[in-house]
Amino acid sequence: MKPRALIITTAGINCDRELAEAFELAGADPVSIHLNRLTADPTIVDDFDLVGLPGGFSYGDAVAAGRIAAQVMRSGLYDAFCRALERGVPMVAPCNGFQIAVQIGLLPGPRDEEPVSDRPPVPTVALADNESARFIDRWVGIEVPADTRCIWTRGLEMSTETAMLPIAHGEGRFIASTEQLAELERMQCVAVRYVASDNPNGSMGHVAGICDRSGLVFGLMPHPERYTRWTSHPTWTRLEASRMDVEPPGLQMFRNAVDHVREHAAEAAACDAS
Amino acid sequence: MTVHRIEVRPSSDAGDPRGAAACQSARTASLDAQPESVQATAIYLIEGELDADAVRRVADELLSHPVTERAVVGASAPRADSLVEVHPQPGVMDPEAEAVELGVRSLLGVDVTVRTGRRFDVDGLDQGQARTFAERCLANTLIHDVHDAPYHPEQFEAGHDREAEVRTVPLLELDDEALQRLSREAHLFLSLDEMQALQEAYRDMGRDPREIELETLAQTWSEHCVHKTLKARVEYHGPLPGDLDRQGHEVVGEGVVRIDNLLASTIAAATKELMADGIDWCLSVFVDNAGIIAFDDDHAVCFKVETHNHPSALEPYGGAATGIGGCIRDIIGTGLAARPIAASDVFCVGHLDTWAPDTDRQLPTGCLHPRRILSQVVAGVRDYGNRMGIPTVNGTVWFDDDYVGNPLVYCGCVGVMPRDRVAGDPQPGDLIVALGGRTGRDGIHGATFSSAELTDTHVDEFSHAVQIGNPVTEKKVLDAIMEARDAPGGCLYSSITDCGAGGFSSAVGEMGEELGATVQLEAAPLKYQGLTPTEIWISEAQERMVMAVPEDRLPALQEICDAHDVELCVLGTFGTPDRELILNWHDVEFGRLPMSLLHDGLPDRLRVARWQPVEPAAASADVAPPSIDDALKRLLAHPNIASKRCIIEQYDHEVQGRSVIRPQVGPYGNGPSDAAVLLPVAGSTRGLAVGNGLATGLQDDPWRMAVAALDECVRNLVCVGADPERIAVLDNFCWPGCDDEQRMGELVRAAEGCRDAALAYRTPFISGKDSLNNQFTTDDGRTIRIPPTLLISGFGIVDDVHRCVTMDAKESGSSLVLVGETTGAMGGSQFADLYPVSGQDRTLPEIDLDSGPRTARAVAAAIAAGLVRSAHDCSEGGVLVAAAEMAFAGGLGLALELDSVHSDPLVAAFAETPGRYLLEVRDADRSALELALGETACRVVGRFDNGGRLECSGCSASIDELRDLWSGTINW
Repeated sequence: MKPRALIITTAGINCDRELAEAFELAGADPVSIHLNRLTADPTIVDDFDLVGLPGGFSYGDAVAAGRIAAQVMRSGLYDAFCRALERGVPMVAPCNGFQIAVQIGLLPGPRDEEPVSDRPPVPTVALADNESARFIDRWVGIEVPADTRCIWTRGLEMSTETAMLPIAHGEGRFIASTEQLAELERMQCVAVRYVASDNPNGSMGHVAGICDRSGLVFGLMPHPERYTRWTSHPTWTRLEASRMDVEPPGLQMFRNAVDHVREHAAEAAACDAS
Repeated sequence: MTVHRIEVRPSSDAGDPRGAAACQSARTASLDAQPESVQATAIYLIEGELDADAVRRVADELLSHPVTERAVVGASAPRADSLVEVHPQPGVMDPEAEAVELGVRSLLGVDVTVRTGRRFDVDGLDQGQARTFAERCLANTLIHDVHDAPYHPEQFEAGHDREAEVRTVPLLELDDEALQRLSREAHLFLSLDEMQALQEAYRDMGRDPREIELETLAQTWSEHCVHKTLKARVEYHGPLPGDLDRQGHEVVGEGVVRIDNLLASTIAAATKELMADGIDWCLSVFVDNAGIIAFDDDHAVCFKVETHNHPSALEPYGGAATGIGGCIRDIIGTGLAARPIAASDVFCVGHLDTWAPDTDRQLPTGCLHPRRILSQVVAGVRDYGNRMGIPTVNGTVWFDDDYVGNPLVYCGCVGVMPRDRVAGDPQPGDLIVALGGRTGRDGIHGATFSSAELTDTHVDEFSHAVQIGNPVTEKKVLDAIMEARDAPGGCLYSSITDCGAGGFSSAVGEMGEELGATVQLEAAPLKYQGLTPTEIWISEAQERMVMAVPEDRLPALQEICDAHDVELCVLGTFGTPDRELILNWHDVEFGRLPMSLLHDGLPDRLRVARWQPVEPAAASADVAPPSIDDALKRLLAHPNIASKRCIIEQYDHEVQGRSVIRPQVGPYGNGPSDAAVLLPVAGSTRGLAVGNGLATGLQDDPWRMAVAALDECVRNLVCVGADPERIAVLDNFCWPGCDDEQRMGELVRAAEGCRDAALAYRTPFISGKDSLNNQFTTDDGRTIRIPPTLLISGFGIVDDVHRCVTMDAKESGSSLVLVGETTGAMGGSQFADLYPVSGQDRTLPEIDLDSGPRTARAVAAAIAAGLVRSAHDCSEGGVLVAAAEMAFAGGLGLALELDSVHSDPLVAAFAETPGRYLLEVRDADRSALELALGETACRVVGRFDNGGRLECSGCSASIDELRDLWSGTINW
């Protein structure tokens, strides 16, 4: 079974192609569809096994990064997203996608036991201007909390030299109330962190990415889709060959999600059969 | 309708980076009165039928974030010592406003009109000082209004329809003086002989021209559009290197050569000769918006470099942004459209710290401070390139105070396309279709403006040539065009070009050259009412493309454009019985021109050019030679050599996920890469290297400057793994002016240098551009001329990116090998610029056209064979600077022994003889390397170690210190 991945594009989204390529390398069948078409017919989302909200500058990041796209999706796609989550569809939202996802209210999403809101909830975390107030592009060191719920980042095989991801953003400073952050930590919903000495934007708790309570919805400021071949690595010309025996960590994340969908489908099939 | 005002500011615990950045900008600008602190607030003015609840919802749900921001409806009370607001002037592009209008429609289902602005509450400044602060750091008064109180208009100004009338310009009876006056006052910038040719043509037609015709001719005949100087006939008085058996050259006297069409006889002639001599991979040269070469069996790649100098002098942010935006459109408008995959940017500006307030030297009136120019130019490229999703992977900055009034902004773009989409021609009956941005009054006279020299009053006269770009519009256009190009039933259009200088007049005029065209000017969608037909025709409003579309394909194209929210209009049809350009406004004919006059009517000119060898400057006898140690440290910190990290990291050089070698290499990105490498085609390991060469130091002999720039470009590409047999190059001349014979002589020398180098290196030129009026006249009548500047940009194929190398030293115990000979000629070097030491040979280095190409091939063969661990070209600062860069980039120590390089230790360390490389090689591979290099001179000059120090005779320093010196110069 080849899981179908929906890549949502719109004006100003510009990382849709590399996101599609990453899904393809991981064994999925990606299709890019414009937001205008999806809001006209939200049931299109129901046909997909995976969803990607790509990076870029949706609508020029007018007002704030991802704000306008989030508004359009809040009013047109929220129900479709909720249905997808109910079906157990993994979603990834790098960079602008993350900024959009937190403003739709998909992330961090409801707490354990809390019912899913039937209207888009008020955002509880934010991605504000970088501390430097400036766009930054570089590779940063990352860590994955051992006990994270996130199905995308669990069990990544990487070493100190290869545990990196590229960032490229002006508004990536993760902010939440102290209680909200503690809750995320308690629920093991921090999916990826910047190495403390390499926090590029002043994020609280060095948080680079979070997931929802199901571990399926994964938003992060870095770009795992730009780390799917070893020649992406910033110092690949000096990496020892043995470090490159496994797939690059970015690709491993997509592989995790595609495998999850396959297992899920197999379980469902087994259930049906019995 | 009412205008509602909403303010949004960070909540108290969220921090205010934008306020802090505004405060920092005052420090960077060294203002006399510094603010203590600044609070930044975003302002939204919304005109529409909204009740109080609706306004509140917009404020809370759309314009502010509940965790980090607070919204106020109306104007909040001042919160500091003073308050200033910055708002775009009416008619100035406000990209954010359009998106907010969409957001309000999505939230409330109501259509509104939006304008945005920014408010700053300033502590530590009185109101007058705050206004100065705003005007110097926060606004550009060409396009922004600065207010001393919260701005809340009752309603927005609206444009008004104007009665359009056909205006005839009396020309037939004018005498020469009146012709020249007309050229100047109407901003035509045509020379007397060109005005006379026009007059003659209209006498033949038996009528006076109409305004729109004159404007069309001025745009099409402008230096910017037609490159009349580079295409002129030239009588050159002076020496030329080598034999004079050159195509298009005729010796007419002792030391006098007649050259017909300078460009065709030099740069283009070299390409033609190379293509006749076995180079079969050039697919399109000099005819399209960019040059195209084959990449693999199925794909082609193209490259274009533009300049946007004059707009960037007046409004650096908008000038640079629209510069890169225009260059990207060139790529989209190449063949049947290429997809832009990389950008390259080179800037030349005045030194950052040699003007008031850092020194007593006052900036000339009408000039912006170089620091402001550079930081704003970088911001412009950043905001446009990043939003378009095009990685900016290569570039440099060159500092020289003669750029103070006329900075140079080179913007380059590389694209990839299927090989069956490299050409297209309009067909008779095709519709003229424009898509993208609307037409406004912005950018009028950009083409003619760029062809004039700058003066201190240009700010007032040409503010309408300054524009702000809207990258999201351009991205939407790109998305739609890619879909239309690759439509399942075949490309939906037969030809495409961008709307650049001259606007519709140039785009339609060029596309319709062979067929003629009829245009209905009222069909163009406008940003606001009140434009005259002539303004619509010549407006250079951004983000527009023009296509020739077969009528039966229009519905499919329309559908794609609708899906992407891209506006499309049909402006007319290609093809008229008599090959004319016919311009209509509703039912009235406003202009009618024969295409032959437009494209072939420009009078042929003979330009006289002279060049004499320049005597090397005498060194001052009383300057003692510096220690090697001191000179190395000063050179590493010299802005022309120092790290450009603070610029590079503002550009997204990763987007599209295709980067293999980036601008910064080595752990922590501590090394300056020689060139970038990307993967243009998904799934393939074939790479494309992008680099450049600039040798402005050799300006005293533009022939050598040209050859050295091309040599440097080739070396940069070879150092990352490009195949020197598959490199194509672009020329980009920025000259101080060509009206005087000496300047023209320099241009001839440079063009001949391009020709000779291209033939020697077998690197065809495929595209080029020139900007020949880069001088600034001060209010006291002084002329500041830029140095003649020739940028050579190049790209080359890398067979397999896994063979790429980077310049950071890799391992302790390996040797450093210098390839190429070093000579004592120190003229034009950074060392000679810093230290006019007596007794030194200050002639310019000789350039050997045999050994340069041979060395490039030998080094490339060694890299391809896997014998090289790291490679770096040896240019500004010489061997010692390049070796130090390799060491600290790799975090390794290095023991150097330079005695064998040259008997004079200063020459050995700092000479900039072209054609040299530094290679790191394992001991086990040394003999294989020597074998691969064959006859090419090479010698071991050092060994890397884990000691963390750079040691050589006369110098001992820690690599951390050297890295910090190199990293510390350019920061803002």
